[in-house]
Amino acid sequence: MNCQELIDFLIDYRAGDLPPKQREAFEQHLAKCPPCKHYLDTYCKTIDLAKRCCCCPEAPKVPQVPDELVKAILDARKKS
Amino acid sequence: MRSIAAVRIFCFSVLLLSCSPPAPYRSPMSQIDVHLDGEEQDLVDRLRSGDEAAYETLVRDYGGPMLAVTRRLLGNDDDARDALQDAFISAFKAIDRFQGDARLSTWLHRIAVNAALMKLRAQRRRRERPIEELMPRFTSNGHIQHDGARWVSEDDSPAEREETRRLVREKINELPDNYRTVLLLRDIEELDTRQTAEHLNVSESVVKTRLHRARLALRALLSEAFARGEA
Repeated sequence: MNCQELIDFLIDYRAGDLPPKQREAFEQHLAKCPPCKHYLDTYCKTIDLAKRCCCCPEAPKVPQVPDELVKAILDARKKS
Repeated sequence: MRSIAAVRIFCFSVLLLSCSPPAPYRSPMSQIDVHLDGEEQDLVDRLRSGDEAAYETLVRDYGGPMLAVTRRLLGNDDDARDALQDAFISAFKAIDRFQGDARLSTWLHRIAVNAALMKLRAQRRRRERPIEELMPRFTSNGHIQHDGARWVSEDDSPAEREETRRLVREKINELPDNYRTVLLLRDIEELDTRQTAEHLNVSESVVKTRLHRARLALRALLSEAFARGEA
């Protein structure tokens, strides 16, 4: 497996969907290729950063709909 | 003040958990039940009969999770509130067509996602980067070209984390729309491939390809930003 092939398999590797033989080849390449190891690390960080940065940590996981928004929605229904 | 060090520590804290295979995920869309419970059926009946109080009950009891969805997908509260309002207006109009083959919350989640996607597509964006220029580059013998950007750090104050959040959101918005949408649905909203394909009316293989390329492109955009010391 070369670097280009490894990149093609990243999505399946991270999802745990790579068949054992390909996973072994993937990890063998990773062990001897620091740029690919760096790429994998930053690929995984990208996914986690995206997830964390799109969720506001201060906001409750399930917010209450503010009263004024409830009113706006009900008013909009009457006008629609 | 922008701080590369702060971004690096934030990234480092993310790294520790990031590369192991993810735990099985159950999205709201996967919690399908072919029967409504009595309370939900009663609410649907009241909505269909035009009971004013039922509309308020629907908004108050089901709106919170929907608002969370629109916030995640849109990234700002004003747009999220607008999308929630659009979602409820759509739901009120469609309640007669609601089949009851999914939980009410599942049906409303889907409507909220659609309202957020419509809002997202209508948003004016500063710039959109062509996907091809963000793909990894290889030498003629297949070796990857190392970009050298450092992503780890040792310090992360709340203000600096906020700066990173702003940067990441900004970079997601630079992805071409087809790729941005898939990334938001799969990686942020955590829908599975089938659910994402249904939302976007494309095949599962298209979703998978777009997700792969969207992640590679976002990685490239963040790497560029970190190398320049943004965030």
